[in-house]
This record gives sequence, C-alpha cells and structure tokens, in this order.
Amino acid sequence: MTALSLMSSSENAKSYRTLTARRIAVLGGLLALLVLSVAVDVSLGPARYPLPDVLRTLFMPSSADLQMRVVIWDIRMPMALLAVTVGASLSLAGAQMQTILANPLASPFTLGLSAAASFGAAIAMVLGVALFPAAIALMVPINAFAMAMAASLLIFGLSTLRGVTVETIILLGIALVFSFNAALALLQYFASEQALSAVVFWTMGSLTKATWGKVAVTAIILAVCAPLFARRAWALTAVRLGETRAAAMGVPVKRLRLETLFLVSLLAAVPVSFVGTIGFIGIVGPHVARLLLGEDQRFFLPGAMLSGAAILSATSVLSKAILPGAVLPIGIITALVGVPFFAALIMTKGRKSW
Amino acid sequence: MVTLTLDQIGARYGRRTILEDASTPALKGGVLTALVGANAAGKSTLFRRIAGQMRGTGAVRLTGATKDDLRYMPQDTAMTAALTVYESIILALKQGAGGWRLSASELASVDSVLQRFGIAHLAERQLPELSGGQRQAVSIAQTLVTRPKVVLMDEPTSALDLYRQYEVLEALRSYAAETGAVMILALHDLNQVMRACETAIALSQGRILASGPALEVLTPALISQIYGIESRVERCSRGCPMMIVDGPAVPRSA
Repeated sequence: MTALSLMSSSENAKSYRTLTARRIAVLGGLLALLVLSVAVDVSLGPARYPLPDVLRTLFMPSSADLQMRVVIWDIRMPMALLAVTVGASLSLAGAQMQTILANPLASPFTLGLSAAASFGAAIAMVLGVALFPAAIALMVPINAFAMAMAASLLIFGLSTLRGVTVETIILLGIALVFSFNAALALLQYFASEQALSAVVFWTMGSLTKATWGKVAVTAIILAVCAPLFARRAWALTAVRLGETRAAAMGVPVKRLRLETLFLVSLLAAVPVSFVGTIGFIGIVGPHVARLLLGEDQRFFLPGAMLSGAAILSATSVLSKAILPGAVLPIGIITALVGVPFFAALIMTKGRKSW
Repeated sequence: MVTLTLDQIGARYGRRTILEDASTPALKGGVLTALVGANAAGKSTLFRRIAGQMRGTGAVRLTGATKDDLRYMPQDTAMTAALTVYESIILALKQGAGGWRLSASELASVDSVLQRFGIAHLAERQLPELSGGQRQAVSIAQTLVTRPKVVLMDEPTSALDLYRQYEVLEALRSYAAETGAVMILALHDLNQVMRACETAIALSQGRILASGPALEVLTPALISQIYGIESRVERCSRGCPMMIVDGPAVPRSA
C-alpha cells in the first residue's frame, strides 16, 4: 500500500524464517544446558568422587565398585532425573494454566494444588489416615495425590458450570490455597513433635525420596500429556488472542479449556505428591520460555518443559553445592534463588506482554 | 457467486430476547454490506448467530460457500500474547488447517495480506507494542489471511484515523470485488457506510427494519427512528452522498 510496506514485505518471510531458526537454536541451547546440569547434578553429592570415576560408573557400571555404583545409579541418578521430569511437568502445567486462564499468575502453586497436596500428605503423617488403605506403604504420596486431584477436579467441575468465567476459576483457586493452608495449620497445631517435623520437611519440597519408580511414573505422564498438548498447539496459541477471537477462529474454547485443565491436573498432582511443594517452577519456567521464545506453542510448549527442567535441575545442583556435605530442601532453594532471578528477569527484559 | 440469506433469525440470552425474526433477501457477494443500528440493537449477537457461535431459531443460508469459508472478526481481540504480528497472522492461517510446517505459498499469503492492509512494516513487532489502530489493522489481516468467502466484521474501523479509515475500507472493497466474498461490516459512521457500502441492513431493538441498497435504507426517516437524530443526505464536492446531522429529533429534557 505504501512504499515502505511494499519494500519490507518481501523481507518479512525471510526474517520469519530467521526467527524460526533462532527459536530452534534456543531450544537446542536449553537442551544442552539441561544435559550439562544433569551431568553436574549426578557428579555432586555428600560423598566426593572424582569426575572420571563418576563417568566410568555411568557408562561402564560393571567396572565400578559396588558402593559407588549404588550411590550413582540408585541415589543420584533418580534424584537428577526426577528433577528433570518434575521440573518439566510443573512448568508445562503452569504454562498451559496461564494460557487457558489468560493469567500470568496461574500455576499449580497459586491455584491450590500444592496446598491441597501438602494437606493430603499431612493427613497421612499426622493422623496416620490413608485415603486408600490398600497402599499403606505409599500413604503419603497417595494421600497428597488424592487431595491435589480433588482440588483440581473441584476447579475443573466448577469451570463446567454455566456462566463461570476465568476470573471465577482463579479466585476459587486462591480460596483453595487459603483453605488448605488453614486446614494444614490446624493439623500441625495438634500434631506430635515427630509428625510436625515430618510435615514441615515435606512441605519444604525435596527430591531426596526419589526412586526409579517415581521417575518412570512422572516420565510416563509427561509422555502422555505433552503430545496431547502438541496436537492442540495452534488452538492453545489462539486462545491467547481472547476467547471470542479464538472461537471465531474455530477453536472450541470451552472444550479445550476443560481438556487442558484435566491434563494439567494430572501433570501437576503427581509430581507434587512425590516431591512436596516446589510450585514456583510452575510460574518461572513458563515465563522464562515466554521471554526467550514467545507464545507460539510450537516453541513455547517444548520451551516451557525444557526451561522448567533445566531450572529445577540447576536448583538441585545448587541445593548440594551451597552447604558442602548437606542437601538443602530444593523447595527452599527454588524460592530463595529463583525469586530474585525471576524478578530481575521480568524487570529488565519485561515486554508489555505479561 | 456467493450469497447469504438470513431466514427468521432469533436469539435470546436467558429470558431476554435479543433478536427476533431477522430476515433479509439474499445478500450478494463482491460488495460491502453495512450493518447499522444503535448500541445494543443486537449487531454483535446477529454476527455470533451467523458465525455459528450461538444457538437460536431460524436459519442462515449460504450459496457458493460453506460454513468453513466464514470468518468473523469480533470487536475485541486480546493483544497481550507474546507473539509478533507475523506470527499472529500465521496462527490465523494455520489454526484449523493443522500441521506445524509452513509452505512457501502460506508465507506468501501472509505477506500479501500484510501488504494489502499496509502493515508489512509492523511484521516483526510484538502484539502488545501496537497502537489501537495498528491492532485493528492486524486483526483485519488475521481475519482475511485465509481468503474467506463470507466475512463478518464488528466495527473494523473504530480505532483508525481518518485517512486509515478510508484506506482500509478501500482495501476491503477491493478484497470483496476480487474474491466475490459476502462482507458484512458493523459500522457506526453512516458517512462511511454511504461512501463504501453498496447495501445496508438496519437493525433496531433486535429487529431488521430495512435492508437493501444503502442509500435506500439510510433515509432520514429511518435514521430518526433508529437513533432519534434529525438528518439529511447531501453530496460532497466529489459527488459522494453524505449525511448531515442536524441534532436530536426531540430535544432531550435538560
């Protein structure tokens, strides 16, 4: 139309291709960071082993001595990998919650899932009540999962009602946080000293109870949910243009929101029941991905998973490195280190989009 | 040739009737059709009914096009997403079509729609950085990138400056002429309607009062009935019909 636009139009497709290439490179970079962080994570721990020995144990387990093999393969590897799957799950859950609720503050943490899980775990630890008596050995995670799922199903159920807006869902989530925290405080008030310390430790969030089984469960859930989101990539991106606009583009917004809430519930409830409260990843992970990659879900979706995994893995490294010989609860480190980092990030690089 | 006919369209929110018995003769493609009416006359609801976003009575009949060829541009589009203008138009093109890869012809159609609406220079800008008028132009480009044959636009020019209004309406007219698309535009500026639109539909309190050639629909009598405004039609120095507004028909009690 104008000379200016005529001139630049032929360039636009080219610069879009460059942008795409750059985004793929960013995803590659995140993956490289993640691999590096996992490697460091595995080589760090209260027992100090030289790096060549660690590498030999990893790649040629049969040639390593038994004690080292147990430490690396049965303790450090599950912890390091659980950081990856949990980080990716919580970040993906947060990303999609933020997308469908059109709110940058939505996350498993702010919508009451973590609080519900803590309450469920506390029921097991303080009252010794198993919500599913058949699995008494896994009483704590199963109680936590059941409560987290109950909380998200409550939100899910409410959002199917007529006339319920996104704002209502968020306000209900916040109400859930306060209710579960109050219930938890009540339990703690009546708890024995031993149970109290167990509850407090659990709510700090920790990867130390990692097992291969937990890694497998979280990985499977991620492997099921991520492709389902990927198939809806365009529709999820369209939702960010507003409900009316997305509907005008042919997106079944209500159905998409329900499907997403359900997947997100699963994605968030399981990791939280294994590791306790590390909810902050659900906010930071997606925001980092958004700043680096934008919100085209073709890049945002893998980006949120990778950044969440990388951040939690790096945090796991920090939790071992800060006090030599001790592993600090990772939930504390996430908040202590994550929050200032996050604040700096949004203050300096903040665009007008969230 | 594409036509669209409304057959006794009705709609209600709860017990409140928004649209009643709204019918038109076959609206022809290739030209712009204006939808005029006071606030809350039911314009957006009529669009949502035609777009299939809302249930109700009556039928929308299309010839020469299917429901898949229809695109609706609602009044409000959220522009808080971290997407560039270019990405947002690719999104509009690919949503529904599926597939993650983009062909050269798809990129070419994004380029051509950017050019048509004079926003090629904004391609790399982030949506939240755009001004109101730029957003509206982007929104129009998002709507037309799939080359729809039936287009509904809710106030497409409300945020544009005078020159851009003229420019965008011309671009929409040429799009209609080129594709033969049925294009219905909800517009408040009746001078724009007279200048750019061949036909018009006048909506008042959920009922269609008149539809047909714009100059026959927009009579002073009808304007007075819809808006309570006294007006007359004259010609500008270049021969365009234009509406002179004299004031409220009945002086409002002070």
